[in-house]
Amino acid sequence: MFIVEVKVGLKKGVSDPEGANTHKSLELLGFKEVASVKYLKVYRMEISAPNEAVARERVEDMCRKLLINPVVHTHEIVFL
Amino acid sequence: MKVDEIKVCILRMEGTNCEQETYDAFKRLGASPEFVHLKQLEGRDTLDGERRSLQDFHILMFPGGFSAGDYIRAGAIFAARLKASVAGDLVRFIDEGKAIGGFCNGFQLMVELGILPAFDCTMAAQPQAVLHANDSGRFECRPTVLKHVNEGKCVWTSGSKKGELRYIPCAHAEGKFMLPHESQEKEDALYHRLFDEDRVVFQFSDPSGDTSAQYPFNPNGSRFNIAGITNDLGTVFGMMPHPERVFFRNTHPDWYRRRIGSEEGDGRAIFRSVLDYVVRKF
Repeated sequence: MFIVEVKVGLKKGVSDPEGANTHKSLELLGFKEVASVKYLKVYRMEISAPNEAVARERVEDMCRKLLINPVVHTHEIVFL
Repeated sequence: MKVDEIKVCILRMEGTNCEQETYDAFKRLGASPEFVHLKQLEGRDTLDGERRSLQDFHILMFPGGFSAGDYIRAGAIFAARLKASVAGDLVRFIDEGKAIGGFCNGFQLMVELGILPAFDCTMAAQPQAVLHANDSGRFECRPTVLKHVNEGKCVWTSGSKKGELRYIPCAHAEGKFMLPHESQEKEDALYHRLFDEDRVVFQFSDPSGDTSAQYPFNPNGSRFNIAGITNDLGTVFGMMPHPERVFFRNTHPDWYRRRIGSEEGDGRAIFRSVLDYVVRKF
């Protein structure tokens, strides 16, 4: 069993209203040291596969079929 | 074909809404709509006689609202399940010249499905565009002014003249239409292609018809104020606002004060146009 995280972020230049609004709110709360905030989604899943390579291939397929839209998203697969 | 012979599939799944207004619009114009749950197409959890095929219908409608909680991205789960179960049927449906429409969540799922904008294909393997989070970061729910800019390709608006303004409400958090940005040059070329091929159907405008008007007239920040597009055949059409909510004049927000127009709401012509197309085509 593998525990895998898929981190989905936005490509450079894509508007990030969630990140921008979070940043603004933190500033209003007095956290002036925050230079930027980016909004990411993380999916953590448990996967049964014979080895890490197969698990990675399956997760890449999940990204293609559902988890990301390649027009705006980047993704990173991390094995924990 | 007569109008009452036109079968319209109003496809829904967990969380769909606006399907009743969409059903009523087609019914009131004399067609034969039917609510179909996604599982009836998938053949999952259905009783004898409940299974449906897309080939039973002439028009496929993806209603607005939400689907599967809009988790992951709006429309993404609905699209992925459709693609996994009936991708071949969908391609055949489109290639036969049958019509597919989607409003709001319907448009979002059509983009996720790859049947819009569908550059150089009927259905792309992966999305070629996205309906991204509104620039405002908010759910925008209010009337919008749409300018019909199509030259005649889109069968869903063939009854409207180019330049007509329509008042149709929007209700979405993710409606910013975006094309891939490999480079500014390539992105610009894709937008120009949409316009050059007469695939842009509606643009957000202000009441004077200015389609460069920004927020709040453009509720989501779409480049070129794009609000609705069609495929290369003109048969597959998606738009962010909700024409099914303005079938009658008295569901316009200021109908009583302005006393404008006839009994017909600004959304009705869209349903009538596609029915006219199917009558002519089949």
